Amino acid sequence: MRGLLVVAALAATPTLAQDRVVVAGSALCEVVAALGQVDRVVGRDTTCLYPEVFAELPDVGYLRALSPEGLLSLDPDLILADVDAGPPATMDLVAASAVPVVRIAADFTEAGVIARIEGVAGALGVDPAPLVGSVTEGFATLAEARAAAESPRVLFILSAAGGRVMAAGQGTAAQGILTLAGAQNVLDGFEGYRPLTDEAIAAAAPDAILMMDRSGDHALDDAAILAHPALGLTPAAQNGRIVRMDGALLLGFGPRTPEAALALIRALEG
Amino acid sequence: MVALTPPVPSGDRAPRAQKVTLALVALLLAAGVASLAVGAAGVSPWAVLGDWLAGEAIGLRERVILFDIRLPRLVTGALVGASLAVAGAVMQGLFRNPLADPGIVGVSAGASLGAVLVIVLGGLLPAGLLALAGSHLVPIGAFLGGWASTLLLYRISTRAGRTSVATMLLAGIAMAALAGAGMGVLIFLADDAQLRDLTFWNMGSLAGSSWTRLAAAAPVMILGLLAVPFMARALNALSLGEATAMHLGIRVERAKRLAILAVAAMTGAAVAVSGGIGFVGIVVPHLLRLAMGPDHRFLLPAAGLLGAALLIGADMVARTIAAPAELPIGIVTALAGGPFFLWILLRKRGLVDL
Repeated sequence: MRGLLVVAALAATPTLAQDRVVVAGSALCEVVAALGQVDRVVGRDTTCLYPEVFAELPDVGYLRALSPEGLLSLDPDLILADVDAGPPATMDLVAASAVPVVRIAADFTEAGVIARIEGVAGALGVDPAPLVGSVTEGFATLAEARAAAESPRVLFILSAAGGRVMAAGQGTAAQGILTLAGAQNVLDGFEGYRPLTDEAIAAAAPDAILMMDRSGDHALDDAAILAHPALGLTPAAQNGRIVRMDGALLLGFGPRTPEAALALIRALEG
Repeated sequence: MVALTPPVPSGDRAPRAQKVTLALVALLLAAGVASLAVGAAGVSPWAVLGDWLAGEAIGLRERVILFDIRLPRLVTGALVGASLAVAGAVMQGLFRNPLADPGIVGVSAGASLGAVLVIVLGGLLPAGLLALAGSHLVPIGAFLGGWASTLLLYRISTRAGRTSVATMLLAGIAMAALAGAGMGVLIFLADDAQLRDLTFWNMGSLAGSSWTRLAAAAPVMILGLLAVPFMARALNALSLGEATAMHLGIRVERAKRLAILAVAAMTGAAVAVSGGIGFVGIVVPHLLRLAMGPDHRFLLPAAGLLGAALLIGADMVARTIAAPAELPIGIVTALAGGPFFLWILLRKRGLVDL
């Protein structure tokens, strides 16, 4: 029955011929791969890092600094782009050369992940149902785990270059994944990512600290956190509740998001 | 003082300047042709020309790449390069200071502030206005910012009809600091995505070039470029000091006013279409002074030619070296030009000693 449905969907979609697709946006790349359509992709932007097959494809540059001739040089017949892709002048020029551009906008929620999958599948002319089904299942499992989990107050640190802590406020992907994991963002006074003063960190007193796996000056090891004048005094540092996760997995909001949120719940439980 | 008068070669350098100018025309033409022929997409203008002569239809993709991407980029690069280099030459002559560049009249700082303002707070504008301006909002912001700061600076440094060049220099530094602070506030307010836009805007790029954007900016740059040759005599006289220039029959105040307006127009429009491209305004005039002497009658047109050729060349590198991605052009001009300029300085140290 499902096979029949797929055939029907394919027959109804005239876009099937598109086999030179350029993808711009890390979450979109993950969706394309999860739909099993990587072999139709001829180019990707710098942010497409997962799965690793994308690394072998030509890189058209950073999502927000795409070049029109660079995109057209790959001779694409479809450009799948995140809503942030740009600059606008580039997107205008590409559209003028009659290459279809599909922009996909979706927020950092469960519905957003599903919308992203359906958008990509629609543009590629494939049936989203199997992937949506498995992701929805993942979200159902996640919801159970979330109900059973406590609700820790978490501080997400984007970077700590030079000892300055840059943390996530409202409206961020970090906020989104914390919500999915049933945790609270300790910071609710601002939008986006901001540098925090030491006093604000102390006043926030997070139960746990969440960071991305990174290296170099942006990273903080546990010893550095304990030695930091403000971070060291937080309950999170005192109790050693410091979680590090892969950035693309954590903040990607692609098909792996239920898995990421589940892993986050487990990690926060320690 | 621009003590660039070399002690060794004396006499009339006009023949030499004319030769250099001819060479520069050839260089610019070569750069222009090469720029049309080179690109990530591997579309050859010769093949397209051949098709067209043979009466065959040109494919949409070829047409867009050649006429809507490469050609407007070439023209934008030429105009921006010429404008920045000529504006630099005028500023150095006017201020009698080898370090002066278009940035000094506050245009660059004001333009940057205008661009940043639009990138960060543009979303608050009424929807109708946003739809009307489309992707040209940032260039418009940059141009208005550049003009507003120039006019303000001009007001500050003009008293009783006399413009003090020294006051302007100092006030320009203060205004740049103020604009920097304003940008700091906006950067603090900006979200993650806006910060990325700001960074790329500051490094400059010709990637956004299009005929519509050019149609707005080109007349301003061309007007400035056309006005400048008429200032050559005045700038030559001004190099002897304002009082001497006046006794030579130059209407000093008028010349200063004209020069400042032309520089503001050229730089404002150039920064608006290309973002922050540094370095051209300083290096090109100095190179030319070394090659052909400080006479503005030859220096100003030559600066335009070399600036245009330089920027076209830099853009060629920027859009091919990392293809299909693209390097910001500001990186190329500084990376290639910086060491070259240092090398010239070291070789000709005696000539440019201040």
